[in-house]
Amino acid sequence: MSDTIKFMLNDELREVSGLSPVMTVLQYLRMHENLTGTKEGCAEGDCGACTVMVGDVVDGVMSYRAINACIVFLPTLDGRQVVTVEHLESASGKLHPVQQAMVDCNGSQCGFCTPGFVMSLATLRQNNPKADREAVQDAIAGNLCRCTGYRPILEAADKALRTKKPAVSGDVKKLAALKRKAMFSYEGQGGKFFAPVNITELADILAKYPKATLLAGGTDIGLWVTKMHMPLPVIIYTANVRELQKIKKTNAALEIGAAVTYAAAFDHLAAYDESLHELLRRLGSNQIRSSGTLGGNIANGSPIGDGMPPLIALGAKIVLRSKTGTRQINLEDYFIAYKKQNRKAGEFVEKIIVPTLPKSTLFKTYKISKRFDQDISAVCGAFAITMRNGKIEGARIVYGGMAGTPMRAVHMESYLNGKTWTESTVQGAMAILTQDFAPMSDMRASAEYRTQVAQNLLYRFFIETTDTEQQQRVYSYGA
Amino acid sequence: MARKTLHHPATGAAGQAIPHDSAILHVTGRATYTDDILEPAGCLHAYILKSPHAHARIKGMDVSACYIPGVHAVMTWRDVPGANDVAPVFDGDPVFAEREVLYAGQSVLAVAAESIEIAYQAAQRAVIHYEELPAILDVHTAIQKKSFVGDTYVMRTGDSKAALKKSPRSLSGTLDIGGQDHFYLEGQVALVTPLENNEIHCWSSTQHPSEVQHLIGKVLDIPEHAVTVEVRRMGGAFGGKESQASLIACVAALLARKTNRPVKLRLDRDDDMILTGKRHDFHAAYTVGFDDDGMIRSLDITHAVNCGMSADLSNAIADRAMFHSDNGYYLSDATITSYRCLTHKVSNTAFRGFGGPQGMLVIEYIMDEVARVLGHDPVDVRLANLYDPMGRTEKRCITHYGMKVEDNILGDMIPDLQKSSSYKKRVAEIARFNAKNKILKRGIALTPVKFGISFTLTMLNQGGALVHIYKDGSVQVNHGGTEMGQGLHTKIIQVVATEFGIDHTSVKITATSTGKVPNTSATAASTGADINGKAAQDAVRIIRERLVDFAITEFGVKRTSIRFADNHVHIGTQKMPFVDFVHLAYVNRISLSSNGFYKTPDIHWDRATASGRPFYYFSYGTAVSEVVVDTLTGEYRILRADILHDVGRSLNPAIDIGQIEGGFVQGTGWLTSEELFWNEKGVLRTHSPSTYKIPTARDAPADFRVRLHNGENREDTIYRSKAVGEPPLMLAISVFLAIRDAISAVGNGVVPHLNAPATPESVLKSINDVRARSS
Repeated sequence: MSDTIKFMLNDELREVSGLSPVMTVLQYLRMHENLTGTKEGCAEGDCGACTVMVGDVVDGVMSYRAINACIVFLPTLDGRQVVTVEHLESASGKLHPVQQAMVDCNGSQCGFCTPGFVMSLATLRQNNPKADREAVQDAIAGNLCRCTGYRPILEAADKALRTKKPAVSGDVKKLAALKRKAMFSYEGQGGKFFAPVNITELADILAKYPKATLLAGGTDIGLWVTKMHMPLPVIIYTANVRELQKIKKTNAALEIGAAVTYAAAFDHLAAYDESLHELLRRLGSNQIRSSGTLGGNIANGSPIGDGMPPLIALGAKIVLRSKTGTRQINLEDYFIAYKKQNRKAGEFVEKIIVPTLPKSTLFKTYKISKRFDQDISAVCGAFAITMRNGKIEGARIVYGGMAGTPMRAVHMESYLNGKTWTESTVQGAMAILTQDFAPMSDMRASAEYRTQVAQNLLYRFFIETTDTEQQQRVYSYGA
Repeated sequence: MARKTLHHPATGAAGQAIPHDSAILHVTGRATYTDDILEPAGCLHAYILKSPHAHARIKGMDVSACYIPGVHAVMTWRDVPGANDVAPVFDGDPVFAEREVLYAGQSVLAVAAESIEIAYQAAQRAVIHYEELPAILDVHTAIQKKSFVGDTYVMRTGDSKAALKKSPRSLSGTLDIGGQDHFYLEGQVALVTPLENNEIHCWSSTQHPSEVQHLIGKVLDIPEHAVTVEVRRMGGAFGGKESQASLIACVAALLARKTNRPVKLRLDRDDDMILTGKRHDFHAAYTVGFDDDGMIRSLDITHAVNCGMSADLSNAIADRAMFHSDNGYYLSDATITSYRCLTHKVSNTAFRGFGGPQGMLVIEYIMDEVARVLGHDPVDVRLANLYDPMGRTEKRCITHYGMKVEDNILGDMIPDLQKSSSYKKRVAEIARFNAKNKILKRGIALTPVKFGISFTLTMLNQGGALVHIYKDGSVQVNHGGTEMGQGLHTKIIQVVATEFGIDHTSVKITATSTGKVPNTSATAASTGADINGKAAQDAVRIIRERLVDFAITEFGVKRTSIRFADNHVHIGTQKMPFVDFVHLAYVNRISLSSNGFYKTPDIHWDRATASGRPFYYFSYGTAVSEVVVDTLTGEYRILRADILHDVGRSLNPAIDIGQIEGGFVQGTGWLTSEELFWNEKGVLRTHSPSTYKIPTARDAPADFRVRLHNGENREDTIYRSKAVGEPPLMLAISVFLAIRDAISAVGNGVVPHLNAPATPESVLKSINDVRARSS
């Protein structure tokens, strides 16, 4: 017996049944509600034309985030509110301050990307009305505009942020009433969708359907449907599992539940180092980080996920759980080969444990991509060395984009261990990189470029930890 | 509109910075694009199956397995009742491949089904036997094999060979220039409804409704009067919907006719990028002779233009690259040679600038190189080589294609921008910065733009309009141009409002329709406002003349005492609200509707002798860009850009500045992060925004200062304005050369080679090369 998908569409309750569980929110809005303000620009979460707001009740108040409706499946809305561009105007027809500012500043030309920008900026205004220019750029890094050159949109954001409320609101009571106490089970057009609410339910349902697709933020799996047309007969959605949403900070470590989004983990991780802060704000986009989870990024084993190199360099471990128990492994040991992970049937990632950075450890991470924002790295490097009596010990050097998995540079590490942290040591280690990696050439970069940059990033790590006078990275230049 | 009396100066006249006419619709999501139109009952969805091979013979095709439940039609070339060709000029763009496929991504068959997913799944079931053939994937191979889409063309002035011998200095080099995907946010789409008696109605996201109309007629073998094409707006186009929209509309029309049901065809992003043409990539080779002051004495440029598998618009595009090989500089002795290479890639097409950007980049790259070799400031070399303004020295104002440059204002604009951007001070600051900093290097460049306005095929320079005044005083306008975000409709509304002396809010433009204004040219070549603005003005003036004649009879006043202003008609000493006056005219049976027409005067072009006046006038601009480059990774940021641009007397400064900023950033993308990557089999690997990187908000210059040049068009254009669509894109050449300038700081004076796009990888490669040659 299938539950119906219950959610608030703007301020109206919807109860949906009979639709495929892999129908995207975008398809639903456009085809079933004729809400065509939300656009499809890419169907992969990279252009932002489909941006909508999703609201949850958190600690008794509405909490909104901007997401890409094109890669999010409809049943994930169960118990939530979705706000579309059509809902921003007041009942009396007064434009939302972001809309008005976009008109006043000539922020639209062809207008196709505009609703997405409006939704991203309206969400920013809702959550961070004092946002500065950098925060505005972060908020719209996942929205592409091909006409304006962005200057008027940035100006519109500044203008709208300076205005007072009204803001988007939702009915907390109505929404709280939709919150499920037990697993949501949905079936439509032959597809099954389960959203357990606690870890026991999750382990049980996964034991029942060991071949099911585990879905967290959907920022990758959404594309399996929209781009690869893959059938996903059984989906188990982890984002509503209470235990997986926890973040715990102790003196020894930071523990992050597998369903915690990058956005929610952001401040905790960014505290490790400003270079990690820079990397995280460039990881995906605001919409992607608001949906995508650290656990999902680990579980899918992508060779190019930017989260992995710094976490491995920091010595992170993961806890895998199944109905029969848990086990803990080093994060790097989870990745066996391209698209092959150390995860048994019935297991899921429960949490990530990131040790606290000792004072004696130098740590930096860098992301190199063709474009600064919202781009997959050609190379991502993370470096941690611990100094003892002037000598390096326990070097952890990790690269993404250099092999079929995120991988430690074991030859470089052993070369560095026991040596002093000097330019000649660094030059020696750089020369050894080719023993660790033979990267591939593809549309993101050639093998030669990847190799040289991977070497140079170690050099950057050296000068940034020894010569703090000079600014070395262009990303934050002038900011 | 309620009949009311308005007692205020009319708002939104030409020259005012009013917002885009659809701005409120845009921000509220109520602006309707083709995919947003409520689908008619029974509407089917189409999917095109693409060739997996760059070049292959089709040995057999069996589509019987495609007929799964929900499928209504499967079409191959054999099912096309008319001509199986959607080429704009020269034949060669089949709707469906016949016996050979000529690029990876070519349309092979199409399915119409009850959902897009069914159509997709059905198409995958087709059994097609291909025999792979050798593919030509680059221009060098094409030239070697004499594989061309058109004759090799030469423009020549003086004798470049003889002049080279007499030049004190010379240098040679090559430059690879990448293509560019349009990446309009709205993909290609058409919605076709079959009507009675074999008639067809088509909503198409096209810059060229008349061509879509013509080609639907051609593939269905029906006359053009049986086809109506409409477009309200496009979600961006940039040239990518000039000829490329035809295939999509024609496939939808074929399936609609076959099934007798409405059919929608919308390409998803990947299919759009794989299936449709892009900006041409060029390989350029040059030899330049010059003197110690940097004056160009001789120039020889060869373009190898990658046209892809068919001619499409490539010959005109390659011509325009040649026309712009001078940019703003006088060439006494020059030979420009252009090879139009046929390769087994998607047929490249129009893209903002239409060949001009590639032609201009080459000469600016050369100017930069000459200055570097001599150790001069590149701006000084540029200034020395500029065309003389007419009237000073007659001699140095004839282009290499025989046109007189009559209004060169770059000689004023460049020093103006140099001053306002503190160019010289910053050059010195950058030198100090670079001396101090080991890893980061800064660079700066100033480049000009001189861009010819008109279609170089003279017959296309015509526009039409249709204006109605209704009894309530509201005015509806149609014209031949299409709205793709450039604000054309807004400008035309302003023209009509100005001519009638009424508020712009009293004027509405509805969807462009082949049924209202026939035989239009594409909205292209930056000419939209020029030709359609004048046509709309013509229509208004015809109506106004009738109204004046009526007023003379009715009120017994002189012609000279009648005027349209402040939402009123002023008749002698009295004035009457516009709305009352037109109602009175209606009652007196005066026609309140007219069409209008315009053809650009004075232009002519003889392609056989490569001489004439292909352009009515030139638009000018100049930009200074400053960048910082990371020499460890090749990454860079644009720190500041200053632009001074010439739009004549602006029709709408807000819209014009939007075009300038947007064009600049789009051009920056072309020359920096936007890299098209094909694998060794000729398959495009960058076909979505996850792999193809257009600029984001953070890629726009951190400090972005745009000014309009204070002037007017010396030619009699609409209110002495100038076209603005394409020229600003080429201001981004300053970014590319600023990167080159920064790279040069790692060496000891050697000149960096830098190919476009200057991706971080391309920049690091150039840095490595400079270091190797400096040691």
